[in-house]
Amino acid sequence: MLTLIKDTLTSQVVTLWRVFSHLWVKADTVEYPDEQPYMFPRWRGRIILSRDPDGEERCVACNLCAVACPVDCIALQKTEDEEGRWYPEFFRINFSRCIMCGFCEEACPTNAIQLTPDFEMAEYKRQDMVWEKEDLLIDGTGKYHDYNFYRVAGKKIGGKDKGEALNEAVPVNVRSLLP
Amino acid sequence: MTFEVGSGLSIGVILTTVIIVAAMLIWVERRLLSFWQERLGPNRVGPFGLLQVVADMIKIFTKEDWIPPFADKFSFVLAPAIIMTVILMSFSVVPFAPGVGVVDSNIGVLFVLAMASLGAYSVMLAGLSSDNKYALLGALRAAAQMISYEVFMGISILGVVALSGTFNLREIVLAQEENGWYVIPQFIGFVIFLIAGVAESHRLPFDIPEAEQEICAGYHTEYSGMKFGMFFVGEYLGLVLIASLITVLFFGGWLGPAFLPPIVWFSLKAFAFIAFFILLRAAIPRPRYDQLMSYGWLFLLPVSLLNLLITGVIILSTS
Repeated sequence: MLTLIKDTLTSQVVTLWRVFSHLWVKADTVEYPDEQPYMFPRWRGRIILSRDPDGEERCVACNLCAVACPVDCIALQKTEDEEGRWYPEFFRINFSRCIMCGFCEEACPTNAIQLTPDFEMAEYKRQDMVWEKEDLLIDGTGKYHDYNFYRVAGKKIGGKDKGEALNEAVPVNVRSLLP
Repeated sequence: MTFEVGSGLSIGVILTTVIIVAAMLIWVERRLLSFWQERLGPNRVGPFGLLQVVADMIKIFTKEDWIPPFADKFSFVLAPAIIMTVILMSFSVVPFAPGVGVVDSNIGVLFVLAMASLGAYSVMLAGLSSDNKYALLGALRAAAQMISYEVFMGISILGVVALSGTFNLREIVLAQEENGWYVIPQFIGFVIFLIAGVAESHRLPFDIPEAEQEICAGYHTEYSGMKFGMFFVGEYLGLVLIASLITVLFFGGWLGPAFLPPIVWFSLKAFAFIAFFILLRAAIPRPRYDQLMSYGWLFLLPVSLLNLLITGVIILSTS
């Protein structure tokens, strides 16, 4: 019985005091809507489609993002303009499926699809979770300000011949014997 | 109509105040618990979240009040009414301040104990009529726990009764005015009464009848809507009652330095004990069922009997 009393005093009363002393410890809570948390720039949130510095769509409708997507939430259809430039006819992300894994961003060869720190995407209707291209496309360049795929890619399109891209030499005529 | 002991006005005021205080305790408990867990708690509705109670009330009143088809309807409806009634009845003998109270009963202490025993019926009926295994288990545990802890609860008060020579709670307070607070001569009785009171109102750590992690919600598993609300408020009413009784029996009721009115002293003391009960909930884990029973019968019962014996010897040898 004496040990019981001793245990009660040493264990239970000490426990009570320790818990009570938390009264003057500042709460860990972040009062979210009033107090916005700092979102890291590389946070994987809402997906956007960016434009190149010239204001054209970066997406070349290569479908790599749709293939990389583990939950198949991206759907797009390729089409071409009169200059031979590829672009998506429609580009649709179903955010009710999206798991914000960022694989699409890693797969994208043109830095078109990017994830942003925005996470406030709740909707009242499920259908509103499906975002079309005009919802996804932003006016800026996103995280990569200078990158322009058609400027650095060797592909020939209207207004830019082979060899005219940045850091690119004019193609060598392999059949010519001149040095 | 005058405000005196037993007048209709004072009955109404005390009834309303006690129920409002019990409802506010929902907010107080959540807030205090969260402070001790380094959280903020409900602070969105109204200033400091005070209107959280209103929101909870609206929610609980508008919820579907469902009686399961397999339940025994009469006792299912009766059970929550019993617990509210008996605990509110117990408040009738509590002396809040000079001139504030419902009745000055000569058997106040016995009346409170009797009402507490009747509370066990509420829990048992709720568990039996629900026809649910968790409810039945909860009711079994509650019956055993309440009946066994009532024994030490009664015996622990007997020291105070012997010292003051009366069962009247108001006279017990007045006796403390001359002899000093009974917590000093009756410290063991106070500790036992505290523990038994926690067990009696089945608050944590002795919430074995309604242990959520083990048996859902115990005896009120099948209850919803306002009938659940009555169990819920009944539990808080029990908490207020136990805190008031400790204040009256051991801490001199409304007595205190004159710069505050007596009712404020009473409220302050009672609130300190309510806060202590909430601290118990925050800090102490729940014992096993057999630990609870053996702790009661093998430790508390002999200690309370010894306390009574020694008190009796001292009273007899000094008088």
